[in-house]
Amino acid sequence: MNIPSELKYTESNEWINMDGKTGTVGISDYAQNQLSDIVFAEVIVSEGDSVKKGDTIATVESVKAAADVYSPVSGKVLSVNESLAGAPEVINSDPYGGAWIVKIELDNSAELDTLLDAPAYEKLIQEGQ
Amino acid sequence: MFIPHTDADRAAMLRTVGIEKLEDLFVDVPEKYRFPTLDLPPALTEMEVTAELQEIADANESVHELACFLGAGAYNHYIPAAVDAIIRRGEFLTAYTPYQPELSQGTLQAIFEYQSNVVALTGMEVCNASHYDGATAVAEAVNMAYANFRGKRIRIILSPALNPQYRQTVRTYAEGSPVVLLGDGPDADLHADPNSLIPLIDADTALVVVQYPDFFGRIYDYTNLAESAHALGALLAISVNPIALGLLKAPGFMGADIVTGEGQPLGIPLSFGGPYLGLFATRKEYVRKMAGRLTGETVDNRGQRAYVLTLTAREQHIRREKATSNICTNQGLIALASTVYMSLLGKNGLRQVAELCFHKAHYAATEIAKLSGYSLWSPATFFNEFVVQTPVPVSEINDLLLDHDILGGYDLSQDYPDLDRHMLIAVTEMNSREHIDQLVEVLTEVSNG
Amino acid sequence: MGEPQLCEISVAGRQGITFPMPDVPFTALPDGLVREDLPLPELSELDVIRHYTRLSHLNYSIDTGYYPLGSCTMKYNPKVNEETARYPGFAFTHPLQPVETVQGNLALMYTLQEWLKEIGGFAGVTLQPAAGAHGELTGVLIIRAYHRSRDDIKRDKILIPDSAHGTNPATSAMSGMRIVELKSDSRGNVDLDVLRQECDETLAGLMLTNPNTLGLFDEHVEEVIRLVHAAGGMVYGDGANLNALLGIVRPGDIGFDVMHFNLHKTFSTPHGGGGPGSGPVGVAAHLIEFLPAPIVGILEHGDDYLPPLYGFITPSKSIGRMKSFHGHFGMLVRAYTYISMHGDAGLRAIAEHAVLNANYLLALIKGTYHLPYDRTCMHEFVVEGQWPDAPEVHALDISKRLMDYDFHPPTNYFPLIVHEALMVEPTESESKETLDAFAAALLKIADEAHHEPSLLKEAPHNTPVGRLDEVKAAKELVLCCGVATLDK
Repeated sequence: MNIPSELKYTESNEWINMDGKTGTVGISDYAQNQLSDIVFAEVIVSEGDSVKKGDTIATVESVKAAADVYSPVSGKVLSVNESLAGAPEVINSDPYGGAWIVKIELDNSAELDTLLDAPAYEKLIQEGQ
Repeated sequence: MFIPHTDADRAAMLRTVGIEKLEDLFVDVPEKYRFPTLDLPPALTEMEVTAELQEIADANESVHELACFLGAGAYNHYIPAAVDAIIRRGEFLTAYTPYQPELSQGTLQAIFEYQSNVVALTGMEVCNASHYDGATAVAEAVNMAYANFRGKRIRIILSPALNPQYRQTVRTYAEGSPVVLLGDGPDADLHADPNSLIPLIDADTALVVVQYPDFFGRIYDYTNLAESAHALGALLAISVNPIALGLLKAPGFMGADIVTGEGQPLGIPLSFGGPYLGLFATRKEYVRKMAGRLTGETVDNRGQRAYVLTLTAREQHIRREKATSNICTNQGLIALASTVYMSLLGKNGLRQVAELCFHKAHYAATEIAKLSGYSLWSPATFFNEFVVQTPVPVSEINDLLLDHDILGGYDLSQDYPDLDRHMLIAVTEMNSREHIDQLVEVLTEVSNG
Repeated sequence: MGEPQLCEISVAGRQGITFPMPDVPFTALPDGLVREDLPLPELSELDVIRHYTRLSHLNYSIDTGYYPLGSCTMKYNPKVNEETARYPGFAFTHPLQPVETVQGNLALMYTLQEWLKEIGGFAGVTLQPAAGAHGELTGVLIIRAYHRSRDDIKRDKILIPDSAHGTNPATSAMSGMRIVELKSDSRGNVDLDVLRQECDETLAGLMLTNPNTLGLFDEHVEEVIRLVHAAGGMVYGDGANLNALLGIVRPGDIGFDVMHFNLHKTFSTPHGGGGPGSGPVGVAAHLIEFLPAPIVGILEHGDDYLPPLYGFITPSKSIGRMKSFHGHFGMLVRAYTYISMHGDAGLRAIAEHAVLNANYLLALIKGTYHLPYDRTCMHEFVVEGQWPDAPEVHALDISKRLMDYDFHPPTNYFPLIVHEALMVEPTESESKETLDAFAAALLKIADEAHHEPSLLKEAPHNTPVGRLDEVKAAKELVLCCGVATLDK
């Protein structure tokens, strides 16, 4: 299970990678593995939208499961990954790279403190199994 | 009955379970309510039950005995013998939903062919494995349109010429949802053409629903309405009579985003109102918003072409409270019957039936319009149903018709107070010229007072 | 090579049935509204018959073999049902005929309403819902309407156990309700402490399947219902598992306020490859006036010489119409036929033998398959389809391997709360010999799982097709024959 140490995670299996005030968001290796072969991904927010922490930003489907992806933070959507719709399998092959979902400019960096670091996320996954 | 256990079997099985008697299986059931006596009639054998049911059935007057001019959402068409021969096969009749594709290729390919035929008929791009009936298919279209805009558009415009029962069903379904239903209030102009709905469409409108032919039998080209809806970002749903599509321009070519319909005319017996068949087709871009089963083509691990339920992650058993709909079945066997019907008739047979309906209905309308006291309510083009203004209340005419073994048309005053003394008459290929002439003759008796 | 698609065997100019020429003058067809092309297949009658007969051979069905699909009650569907439903007096009556001409139909519906009331312990029944899920929607809308009629509009919360069918939460969401999931306790019952915490002034109701999807009768059902009622909520019964309770206990007697019946499970109407179902709903006295319209009632009482006049009635605070017309009448005739052939003792025997068969089968396999909730089961049970010492084998593999032994597999991966669930519902119509053979296959497969797991991983071997590429199906979305796609 790949859990990069530089990222922050949510209990619902999203990750966020900070670069200044901008966070890039995706779903974790564990999440894509649980879902298995992903056949569909749809980002339901657009550039310029304001999102609150916990809002649904995308939907991901495999042949046997479906998952909503929630925003880990509040802020303004700077860009969305347009290529996911055409190639959703990237979420399986490259969850932390090509499969980023949105970039968000954070309203309040303090929200990051409510997220899990890599060891805490790893512990959460192990408990869940 | 239908329990194969012998006394010896029962004894051996109880021993294996480790209990003495059947009652011991139910210790978790609260004792004071356990083993109630049910006040039911004594059990009948097959011989007795068939006699009893025959007697009950004989207390009805069927359209085999009555010349039927009643439609209004259910139609008396000829059903080829081959339809029932196929759907009575136990392999189709007694199978479950095809969750295990390796054991269900028959059902799955039949659904695939149903989808293909309905797509061809409607001119749409995708079709699901069916909903319960024409009314619930419209309710699901409303659901889908609302979900498509993620709740950001809440207005749904219903044509007043949409089947009243469909509109009632939509209202029941929408009870717990924020959608606002409009367009079919008591002040709606029933004579107006569909363009009268255009001023109601705004940026908050999710869906416009019309019927084709409409409830009064009229046929309009909805292309202009579709363009107007699309210009404001709204969707158009058209509820169809599939037999009419044997002859008429397909709604897919008018710009419909959703086509629903009552599939009963496609080889399904009237059966006092059900089970029928809810047709539901849409465009590819909305396929994931569409509720209901869907069969797709794929290959198996031996390289053979095969079929499987697909996009199931949209459905309630996976999405639970986030599914667009709670629907869990389709009308499996009825969808199969309609597929066999469409396949037997094919492109020429369905056209033939549609033309028979059209010509016979127009003959009937022409003859009735000649009678004093009767007139056609609308000058609009119609398919096989039309509205006649009558000299006396429709119920009185229908009583008289029944005395002559004729099942008269639908009394529109039941749903439209303004249409007192208006009868909706349906004519199909089953109505001979002799039937029609008899109908006209009895109507003459009333017109002469 | 599999059976070709209809569009592939279509030959221009063929027609499977023809119709008489018009016996009336022709009317000009409407300008601009006539379609140019109708791309339906063209086939002879024999083409069609042979094609669908061959397709039927690719299906597994109750008529061809044992179908212990959990939660689906795949009991025998008597052939006499198919006869009675086709009597012309039933099959060829129009739903809008004057009631005087359909007194047989209405009498049958009225009587069936009365019988279902008696069997379920309810005060009122609607026959309109088209399926179980449709019955659920009817029931939850009734509960919603009840609270609103009392101006109790803050009640929007529906409690649903984590073992419930997916239709329960989907139904509640469709009805505009808020869903709260309830954890089950270690014996598979509703956890009373969790329930107590959720019993507040926003509680609209609880949806409870009893026996639940683990096949267990809730040991505290009376207390569960008491708690919900004390908080002002209603209890909805999911009647999916009523086959276990016929003549054993009436859900209405223990306090259920609303329940749907599945005529296609309990009362033997055929599943038809996924429908049509039929989902009548029973309600307690305080909910009768909310039933969907119309229901069948007596318009004029009869006497010694005249039968009563049956007709349609709209309850005073009806939630409205759930579908066109009066329900799946053809299914009602079948269920009426089935109930007629059973009576009081016969119905009880159904439940007793359904439960006996489940416990017998369970006794035969439970030393080999792990039973997470070890109690006397009702009409079905759930075991785990995986072993710690054969972890690569999953419930799905066991299911696929069962096909090689000519059995339909149990339901797998449901309920969600059991790891690698295999949910088995034998039904009363199966003999001891069939159960013995099925148990033998399950035990053999368990042995194979430990010694030759590839037999399971590669199964099925003996079916018309092998495992399917579901990812390809979902990504490529080929949903109809090539000729029938829309290419303007």
